[in-house]
Amino acid sequence: MPIVDLANPTRFLNIVNRILPWLITATLLLFVIGLYRVVNAPDDYQQGATVKIMFLHVPAAWLGMFGWGLMSVAALGTLVWRHPLADVAGKAAAPIGAAFTLICLITGSLWGRPTWGTYWVWDARLTSMLVLLLLYLGVLALYWTAEEPSRGARAAAVLSLVGAINLPIIKFSVDWWNTLHQPASVFRMGRSTIDPALLIPLLIVALAFTLLFLTLHLAIMRNELLRRRVRSMRLLQAQRLAEARA
Amino acid sequence: MSLGPHADFIIAAYAVTIFIVVALVSWVVLDYSAQRRILDDLEERGITRRSQREG
Repeated sequence: MPIVDLANPTRFLNIVNRILPWLITATLLLFVIGLYRVVNAPDDYQQGATVKIMFLHVPAAWLGMFGWGLMSVAALGTLVWRHPLADVAGKAAAPIGAAFTLICLITGSLWGRPTWGTYWVWDARLTSMLVLLLLYLGVLALYWTAEEPSRGARAAAVLSLVGAINLPIIKFSVDWWNTLHQPASVFRMGRSTIDPALLIPLLIVALAFTLLFLTLHLAIMRNELLRRRVRSMRLLQAQRLAEARA
Repeated sequence: MSLGPHADFIIAAYAVTIFIVVALVSWVVLDYSAQRRILDDLEERGITRRSQREG
């Protein structure tokens, strides 16, 4: 099927309806395998069992940033190529990205207290992640308060592109500034500093959360397309009523 | 499996994550059924989209 077919909302909905059951099954399966590996993963030699928070915190941080990256690509689709599904994709990614960023901040705080002795410090990594959450809330406000969906989509797309500046700041904050947060330990030059006994469960859980993200993204896109269909039908209904009265 | 002296923090982290994920999934499922219900209701009242009429 040509990729251009995805521009047709009805065809896109048919594809989503076919894909979603498979995605849900794969997500659940990966979570079962991942959680089994997490339960049986050894404790860290320094942190003890608190390392189990890593299996939530790290994937949530990745997906919080991934969500904004996705919104930035969708923003280009909205502003440059004017793809009919681009702003639907951007709008659908925002609540999921915000949820994962919130999970990252809360689990990070709960991990910080026993390991650092504090729930929060205003260091560059933590602050830039908090800024990401605030940016998500701003985008959601733009999408949800705009009376005309296309106007809200354009404003949100501009904010998505501007906010993308924060992504390299989050990623490299631990290298550019002196932070309490540790430097990169999975994706770094050279090999990962995490032992395979912890790294493999982390990657499986991260893949499960990524599939959950994609599943929710497609499901929210489907909901948004149905909402727009409802809106256009209601406008049509109002137009008919006005014509009948005239 | 022993969670050691900081079990409360580990359990809280998992509980918060489960709560947020379940809330998100519930919102998506409820929103889908709400949109489907409204669409079915509109179609029952004879309101159809232009593309449906042409088809």
